[in-house]
Amino acid sequence: MTEYTVLGKRLPRVDAQDKAIGRAMYSGDISLPNMLYGKVLRSPYAHAKIRKLDVSKAKALKGVMAVITAEDVPEQKEKSSPKSPRLAREKVLYAGQPIAAVAAINLDIAVEAVSLIEVDYEELPPVMDAFEAMKPDAVLIFPDVYTNLQVLGQTGKTTAPSNITWQVEIGSGDIEAGFKGAYVVLENIFHTQAVHQGYLEPRSALAAVDPRRKVTIWTDSHGAFGVRDVCADFLNIPISHIKVMPVEVGGSFGAKQFHPLAPIAALLALKTGRPVKIVMTREEDFVATSPAPASIITLKMGVDKEGNITAAAVSVVCDIGAFNRQVGDSLGSTIQELSLYRIPNLSIKVFNVITNKAPTGPYRAPNAADAAFAVESQMDLLARALQMDPIDFRLKNAVAEGDRVITNPPFSRIGFTEALLKMKDYLNRRDKPEGKNRGTGIACGLWPAFGGACSAQVNVTPDGSVTLLIGSLDLTGTRTSLAQIVAEEFGIAFDLVTVVTGDTDAAPYSEVSAGSKITRQMGIAVRRACQDAKDQLARQAAPLLKVEPTDFSFTHGNVQVNGMPEKSVSLSTLVRNSIGRFGSGPITGRGSVGVHPTAPIFVVQMADVEVDKETGKVKILSYAAAQDVGFAINPSLIEGQIQGAVAQGIGRTLMEEYVFQNGIMQNPNLLDYRIPTAADLPFIDTMLIEVGSGIEPFGARAVGEPPMIPTLAAVANAIHSATGVRLKELPMTPEAVLKTIQAE
Amino acid sequence: MKKDIVLKINGEEREVTVESRQTLLDVLRNHLGLTGTKEGCGNGNCGTCTVLIDGKAVSSCLIFAVETEGHEILTIEGLAQPGKIHPVQKAFIEEGAIQCGFCSPGMILTAKAFLDTNPHPTEAEARQAIAGNLCRCTGYDKIVRAILKVGAKTL
Repeated sequence: MTEYTVLGKRLPRVDAQDKAIGRAMYSGDISLPNMLYGKVLRSPYAHAKIRKLDVSKAKALKGVMAVITAEDVPEQKEKSSPKSPRLAREKVLYAGQPIAAVAAINLDIAVEAVSLIEVDYEELPPVMDAFEAMKPDAVLIFPDVYTNLQVLGQTGKTTAPSNITWQVEIGSGDIEAGFKGAYVVLENIFHTQAVHQGYLEPRSALAAVDPRRKVTIWTDSHGAFGVRDVCADFLNIPISHIKVMPVEVGGSFGAKQFHPLAPIAALLALKTGRPVKIVMTREEDFVATSPAPASIITLKMGVDKEGNITAAAVSVVCDIGAFNRQVGDSLGSTIQELSLYRIPNLSIKVFNVITNKAPTGPYRAPNAADAAFAVESQMDLLARALQMDPIDFRLKNAVAEGDRVITNPPFSRIGFTEALLKMKDYLNRRDKPEGKNRGTGIACGLWPAFGGACSAQVNVTPDGSVTLLIGSLDLTGTRTSLAQIVAEEFGIAFDLVTVVTGDTDAAPYSEVSAGSKITRQMGIAVRRACQDAKDQLARQAAPLLKVEPTDFSFTHGNVQVNGMPEKSVSLSTLVRNSIGRFGSGPITGRGSVGVHPTAPIFVVQMADVEVDKETGKVKILSYAAAQDVGFAINPSLIEGQIQGAVAQGIGRTLMEEYVFQNGIMQNPNLLDYRIPTAADLPFIDTMLIEVGSGIEPFGARAVGEPPMIPTLAAVANAIHSATGVRLKELPMTPEAVLKTIQAE
Repeated sequence: MKKDIVLKINGEEREVTVESRQTLLDVLRNHLGLTGTKEGCGNGNCGTCTVLIDGKAVSSCLIFAVETEGHEILTIEGLAQPGKIHPVQKAFIEEGAIQCGFCSPGMILTAKAFLDTNPHPTEAEARQAIAGNLCRCTGYDKIVRAILKVGAKTL
């Protein structure tokens, strides 16, 4: 194995100190001279006609500088971005939908102005249940939405309008024969719930306009370029008229790819010529952002006597909320989780259904935890039916290199078997949870990796340090892992690398920080930029050291002739020469990446739980997660991702849910919408498995999203082991657990 | 009603004119430029806005600024000495307990106040102590380890 000096080390995040001392700047921390405060009027109803909308009283209030409604939104291009807010016109489609927005000299006046906007609503029955919404006689949310059909290779549209926006059916093999040949066939219906991503920083945006009407934006997001494009689309202005500034982001987990405030703040700033800041309250954040969707998953699976899976048929109804914002994940993630195993006969049906709830969005491996909850609960039940060890049953069916599922390309080098064996070993070595009402569950997850266009620039400075300029925002510690790559490439100390996140005018383009891609994909661009600069340095060093420019290595701040440590010259000398009177020009490397092969990620997790049979409360006694990370560029950062993901998965399994009454969320605060506290969790053991992906950079695999995928099922399987009862509906609150125990 | 008050923040006296109904959090962030204190929920459920008042951890969104006159207020900006960060901050950085960082100021101050009263806590005590401070990134694992590390060092 290659010896690295900086890669693979547990280095603290480069942003940690500023965050620890309160210096790190988030968008809500920034204020500008002459700034106005914005506030959004939101629908109190889930489904209603707007008979009249009158903003005159709000406009007349002293201190109000602008009021906007849908009428003020510039004529949208044919296809406006689904990531923009949609100000209601004739109808409101969910409680929390924006209707109007105000900019005033202070927040009190803005709030008062919003209360003065007069709206005459005609309430309509809200469509809240996805199954009901699918029925032919259901109330139609849109009169002109027809179902996009993609059934077994045939595409088309329904002739009657429907709340089903997309219906797809795919398969392989002979599903009927597959079930016929089975020894055990189980069919179950699993329900997952809508959940909020639960980031601690509420959504915020600040927009300012310069005299040439160029808009500058500070907002919490996954990607500055995405904000730029969405705002340009909303305002119908060229992207070059918008500059988006980099800021720290207080958590996102997928949610902040949707921009509910920045376009509105920008429009208000253009109307008033003054900076406008809007910050959501926590209640607004619950009702007006983009929660993860709920799904109803009907799964039938068959196995033969030896434990080989013979067939699987799944039907997924995904409640996507009021708009068709999130399109393909319901299908893609279902395919992924069924791809954990070799299943010769497969049928997959997916229905995306709109309802009168907030439009849903991505959450850490979108839809995959839902699919794995069904598949991995079912696998546990099948193992029980066969009286097989749950890990042995999975080992028997686990996919390996060369296997392929449906239309996916064959698997490249993967570490599923390694992860299962590692977990088996872990379970064998430890003390089993003894005592009554205690049990253990395991579950697995699979995630593909996503690519995207990224670019980086490195500047080597006269003191031998290096600055890296990128345009990607850092959610998971990417500045740190990218700095490690730069330090390794140049053979310099980690603290000699400075990472600069540029604004959208200054930095080279980067895709959004989503799909667990930045360390890998930007990592490739960074390596290429380093190589470019190193080639320039080598060309400078060659005549000085009288060798060919290919014979060098970079170590200890020097360019050194391979195998001859005494023949070397420092980076500092080379750079000073390059910018001197007779120099050839500054050393600046550039690197870009577009399409690039990716490698899948496998995760195996286990939970030990104790269930209080009197109260139904589930306590997580211990938890362990094994993940094939390919190569751990920074183990500490990876562990942090895994532990955070598991905590989110436990929250989704045991406590989190949107409670609605007549279409209105009843628990829009962090007391009634409970997320896990430190007292709810044990330490989360992590096992990093390094089955190199064989592809750049350094064989590393994606990290951030996969570890939430198996958690729901791992906990559900552990509850079954502890109590003998099977819960198929989330969340497994004490009330739900108790009810199930009592029903048995 | 506007009122002139003097707040003792991070050892410094700050004169400020506030509305009686303004929270300490609002005054810190919007009048005094002390934006290290964050707002996560505005109703005392998340602990993000925690500051120390006379050494005790308090949600600054739940207390009026006028009530804090005459008390010692410590915000995250006042915890580190020039050139020297506090041991709790150091442990959080080294252990990887900081991810997005939004909960970190409140979490660090809660941990500091807790360790001042219980310098050598058990894991269970540490978990209870920070149960009022939500974190969505870390699963609390490395935060608890950081607190226990500080506790073990001073044994």
